[in-house]
Amino acid sequence: MIVELGHFATVVAFVMALALAGIGYWTAWEGVWRRTAETLAWAQSGAIALGFAALVYAFVTSDFSVLYVAENSNTALPWYYRVSATWGGHEGSFLLWTLVTAGWTAAVALRGTRLPDDILGRVLGTLGLLNAGFLLFLLATSSPFERLVGGPLEGSDLNPLLQDFGLIVHPPLLYVGYVGFAVAFSFAVAGLASGRLDAAWARWTRPWTNVAWAFLTVGIALGSWWAYYELGWGGWWFWDPVENASFMPWLAGTALVHSLAVTEKRGAFKSWTVFLAIAAFSLSLLGAFIVRSGVITSVHSFAADPERGLFILWLLVLAVGGALVLYGLRAPAIGSWARYEGLSREFMLLANNLLLVLALAVVLIGTLYPLAYEAITGGEKMSVGAPYFNTSFVPLALVLAAALAVAPIARWKRTPLGLFARAGVAFAIAVGLGVLLPLALTGTIKLGAVVAVAAGIWIASVLVVDLRHRRGAWTRAYLGMVLAHFGFAVSMVGIGVTSQFSHELDVKLAVGESAQLNGVTYLFRDLRAVQGPNYVADQGVFVTDSGVTLRAEKRRYAAGGQVMTEAGIAAGFARDLYVALGEPLPDGAWGVRINDKPLVRWVWLGALLMAAGGVLAVLDRRYRRLGRRARPSPQTAARAAPATGAQAIS
Amino acid sequence: MNRARLFAPLLGFATLAVVLYLGFSLRDPHLLPSALLDQPFPSFDLPVLGSGDRRATRLDLVGEVRLVNVWATWCPTCLAEHDELKRIRDTGLSVVGINYKDDSADAVAWLARHGDPYAFSVVDTDGDLGVDLGVYGAPETFLLDVDGVIRYKHVGAVDEMVWRKEIAPAIAAIQ
Repeated sequence: MIVELGHFATVVAFVMALALAGIGYWTAWEGVWRRTAETLAWAQSGAIALGFAALVYAFVTSDFSVLYVAENSNTALPWYYRVSATWGGHEGSFLLWTLVTAGWTAAVALRGTRLPDDILGRVLGTLGLLNAGFLLFLLATSSPFERLVGGPLEGSDLNPLLQDFGLIVHPPLLYVGYVGFAVAFSFAVAGLASGRLDAAWARWTRPWTNVAWAFLTVGIALGSWWAYYELGWGGWWFWDPVENASFMPWLAGTALVHSLAVTEKRGAFKSWTVFLAIAAFSLSLLGAFIVRSGVITSVHSFAADPERGLFILWLLVLAVGGALVLYGLRAPAIGSWARYEGLSREFMLLANNLLLVLALAVVLIGTLYPLAYEAITGGEKMSVGAPYFNTSFVPLALVLAAALAVAPIARWKRTPLGLFARAGVAFAIAVGLGVLLPLALTGTIKLGAVVAVAAGIWIASVLVVDLRHRRGAWTRAYLGMVLAHFGFAVSMVGIGVTSQFSHELDVKLAVGESAQLNGVTYLFRDLRAVQGPNYVADQGVFVTDSGVTLRAEKRRYAAGGQVMTEAGIAAGFARDLYVALGEPLPDGAWGVRINDKPLVRWVWLGALLMAAGGVLAVLDRRYRRLGRRARPSPQTAARAAPATGAQAIS
Repeated sequence: MNRARLFAPLLGFATLAVVLYLGFSLRDPHLLPSALLDQPFPSFDLPVLGSGDRRATRLDLVGEVRLVNVWATWCPTCLAEHDELKRIRDTGLSVVGINYKDDSADAVAWLARHGDPYAFSVVDTDGDLGVDLGVYGAPETFLLDVDGVIRYKHVGAVDEMVWRKEIAPAIAAIQ
């Protein structure tokens, strides 16, 4: 009964989303019924929350007469994994997606009280329309509320790969980021439709974009961390199509965060900024299509269903196509150029955008090329591997790092050349340290590590210099920028060092034997059987000569019989020691993989700092004064805009 | 910048959408991969479920039109289609099971509890036959003609709709 109520609540939410779309645009047009639109935004998220709660309830009570529960849960599953199993499959995770969309919509209604009617109405209306599409997709092709006739007594269990803390939090964070770009997208649509693409528009859009971007950053970092400890290969990024699907909106979002700065402060790059706002969310939708249609084979993808794929493709075409038609008709064609000189801050931000979009193109082409190839050859398969991505992406990232190092010094309009002297001194120091530090610590010189360490130190030291010489106040926006850029430097050093100085050893070990790697001795001290809540495991206990104990497990899950590797990791700021059990050999010994990974934590630590910086910038005082500077008279503006067209915009 | 140039993103997106559609329609897993369509059923030599030491091979599948159904006790959807398979068996069509990646004792008990629509089931514990058949997951159902050639494949539960709209017409087409 509760499940049926949840289903009904979700249907009601769909109707509310449709109503919100209509009333939101009505508000924008006539300046009336604003309160109704805001209430609908709230009510919609309440209704989906009810539906979601009903599904969680079905999981917690192990109601296997619900098909989705039977396929993704099991009575032996601990309660917290039963809750997280709610978003462990396609249907439930998409219900979460619609809940997150509704949550963002309600947040806009809450925080946007000072937005003029024509903007708020269109933003809420666009979000309502998007969520109506999502909910229709859910109800028509992917209902998690479907009942089984005569359900089984036992469920077939949640995929053991997903029975993990990282996977409890990774999808929700990722979705908050993905769908958060829908807010920027809706602001872009509203800005285009109402003809307000000015500094105020950019100031309204920036906080939403930053927060969504911060969540996506943390979500991606969590996914990478999870892959590192759960897949047992010791890698942390695989250029897997589904990883790329989350990385592409991040690259577009990063470009957008920077381009919005120019639009807010200088009124320039308007068309480009709007385009990025559309692109970031379009790439989120593209990611959803890739993951959920089965169009690209990947370890992450959900079970394929052609009906679903076609439906998402239509959503994609309607949402993105519609926005791009509006863009073609209404984006400012002239007059959005402000004057600036080479090496001004505008120029640096332009360089940032070009590099990020190039990097985005590299990832997009690498991800979709196999698909295009198959379409052209009529079914012949090929794949694009990590070498392509590494050779084309890494140089771009290095140029980006160099630009990023100098950028904080640059001033709007023009930069006194003397300022760059500071960056030059920092550069000399950074190159020196980049060579000396790895040499002193490891005794070898590797180009990749030298470049990464030098770039990281350069970025960090220029930031320190800029902090000291800054004439203005240390606003939160400024400190947020410093923190995020510092985070980039930390990640960069982590990636460079861990990819160059990691050690790896595959070795056959029996209990009592030991192996040496990079000066550390690992003793295979014990092998014991461990009984988990829903699995049995062989646990290898390894002890290093420095006294660290590592427990690596090979788990066999009872319900599905799958075997999972749980690596034993001694995590550290300076380096991780990592042991994974391979296969048992006939003579009682085990295949064992040992990894020594210096600074690998820095990769994710840097991402956390970037996200923290993004959020800190949003807390800046000027965003709290949002509405006060907004121009009134939305009705006249809304009515006049269609007639006067693009000229009114600039 | 003139206005026409602002439509460039739309053009790029349209190209992308076409690529996605083409790639997507080629990958449709419900369509039989051309590699298997009209090919003989792969050869195998596997134990018959619950029969002691009797074994079955590809030759046991020729001689009449048959459905071959991949099933397992760990698969709730298999239970969902179970009644429909019994109904199909009652129409006189022979249904053969492939017990896929399963525990044989569980499988025998499962058939005892829910009824057995199969003429016989072969035991594919390691899923080797499943690999030869390109099985994505259970349940999957294949239609074989009298020569043991695969003429149709269905992924997911067989229900009355699938029977009326797809399997029955496919049988009519063979005969």
